[in-house]
Amino acid sequence: MKNCEYQQIDPRALSVLPQSAHNNTEKTVQRSRRKWEVFPGKNRFFCDGRIILPSQSGVLPLTLGLIVVTCGLFFAFDCPFLVKHLTVFIPVIGGALFVFVVFSLLRTSFTDPGILPRATPDEAADIEKQIDTSGSSTYRPPPRTKEILINQQVVKLKYCFTCKMFRPPRTSHCSLCDNCVERFDHHCPWVGNCVGKRNYRFFYSFIISLSFLTSFIFGCVITHITLRSQEGKSLVQSIQESPASVVELVICFFSIWSILGLSGFHTYLIASNLTTNEDIKGSWSSKRCAEESGNPYSYNSIITNCCATLCGPMPPSLIDRRGFLSLDEAIPAVSASEIELPPFTVKSDAHMCTQSTKDVLERMVHSYDVHGLCPPATPKTTPLDLEVSGPAAASSEPSLSAGCLPQDARQPVAPPCPPFSRSYKRRDSLHSINPAFRLASPSPSLSRTTFILGDAPDNGFIPLP
Amino acid sequence: MVETHSLQDLRQQAAVAAKVFLQRDYSNGTVCQFQSKFPSELETRIDKQQFEETMQTLNNLYAEAEKLGSQSYIEGCLACLTAYTVFMCMETHYEKVLKKIAKYIQEQNDKIYAPRGLLLTDPIERGLRVIEVTIFEDRSLTR
Repeated sequence: MKNCEYQQIDPRALSVLPQSAHNNTEKTVQRSRRKWEVFPGKNRFFCDGRIILPSQSGVLPLTLGLIVVTCGLFFAFDCPFLVKHLTVFIPVIGGALFVFVVFSLLRTSFTDPGILPRATPDEAADIEKQIDTSGSSTYRPPPRTKEILINQQVVKLKYCFTCKMFRPPRTSHCSLCDNCVERFDHHCPWVGNCVGKRNYRFFYSFIISLSFLTSFIFGCVITHITLRSQEGKSLVQSIQESPASVVELVICFFSIWSILGLSGFHTYLIASNLTTNEDIKGSWSSKRCAEESGNPYSYNSIITNCCATLCGPMPPSLIDRRGFLSLDEAIPAVSASEIELPPFTVKSDAHMCTQSTKDVLERMVHSYDVHGLCPPATPKTTPLDLEVSGPAAASSEPSLSAGCLPQDARQPVAPPCPPFSRSYKRRDSLHSINPAFRLASPSPSLSRTTFILGDAPDNGFIPLP
Repeated sequence: MVETHSLQDLRQQAAVAAKVFLQRDYSNGTVCQFQSKFPSELETRIDKQQFEETMQTLNNLYAEAEKLGSQSYIEGCLACLTAYTVFMCMETHYEKVLKKIAKYIQEQNDKIYAPRGLLLTDPIERGLRVIEVTIFEDRSLTR
């Protein structure tokens, strides 16, 4: 009987009958679960944790479809003519580029971008202890920041309420994936994944090879049509003979501008060791910083910056998807925190004894949060995101659609281009109002709003035309 | 049933007196380095010099893993040329050093820390964010 009650507290068994919950625990003991099965972020896993994808894969199928269709048309309709009239190397080069593009794309999409695992309850409690000076509080305190020195420059680290830790430098929380990602660049809907520390080089090789591929196909199709019309036929006749070429021309023509622009932009970012996130926010631009301070991460040499970003050591995945859960982790958070309480209260340490019941309960709530067990905890970021980025997005949306790219949704196209960044500079001015919010934030909603606004550019890449 | 289950856990958990977290040191950028400041909670348990030596070795190992040298460049270029398929069959330099680190930590735990009732957790299990030092209560040593 008591066993059944104990199992009822088991959060994973909340929606399950006590009987089956008991069986569940037995199963847990018999079959060790892998860590990916209890991963708190919004990700999907395949092949027993080998492949990771965000829960929303964006328009990845569209990107793949466009590339495959264009290349298919190219090989079927243009290559035979060109092989006959020019050289056999044309399909060979096209094929090699196509393979490279698809490999890079899949690698970018299916690689862990550098997700940081959330803080364990003990770690979170330790950090809270260091921050909390007054003890119990009835409302969420203002956003916490910590200042550190990096290469003699002051950098502010923000506290992530979802992951319960101070974010390392250059790390940002992606609300789509609900994960903190190291060296966060942006969340690319075309690739269907965040671009971060671990897959930035794959993303870069994808866009570079795609630039080459689109330029190559564009050039070949132009050559094809030109050669055909030189054989005594008019241009219209040549086009009528090979209608597929027109489709390819249209796709390539619109893609080339955006892809080449994006490649150029990312080449600039790599050469100056910046991320899209930092560039958009203007973190290290001279206008924002009063004194002479540049990017503290730059090696001050273009070649070193490029080598470091693209050819640097490949960092490992930190989330250990395929590792097995230890028995401690398999036991629900409630029991863990319940059992940890006796030692805390028994200790004669005065600091521990003065902890109020509220603190203890708060800690339990925090451990619920960490394991994503409390339903209101996890969606906190997203609904507020939508609410708050609504007014901000409204101001930037018109400029996005007007200045950025043509409305054709079929393009494998890219976020950042000059009008786009201008709209974010406007959003930056919204940011500058926020410090006032940070200083006096009596209500939790207000401070939470400040926190979300501060992260808005992370999800700003989502509403793309 | 309940009693034995929770007692078992208590036996496991009650032995843990405290946990000390050594955070990352970002003064040199985003390279993986940990603060080697000696925490006050460990003063009664271990020699300061011993501890700092362990931390220094760990920091050196991580620096070796992330070093931008000819080896990492060759690896990067080779990977690029093979469309990154080489990572499926080859272990990266970083992973090799991580294995070395895991072995070193285990060795240190066996030789130095466990006899003093301490346990170092490999930072990779905490996402390379902290080095967790678990301090066990003295009575666990008498068991």
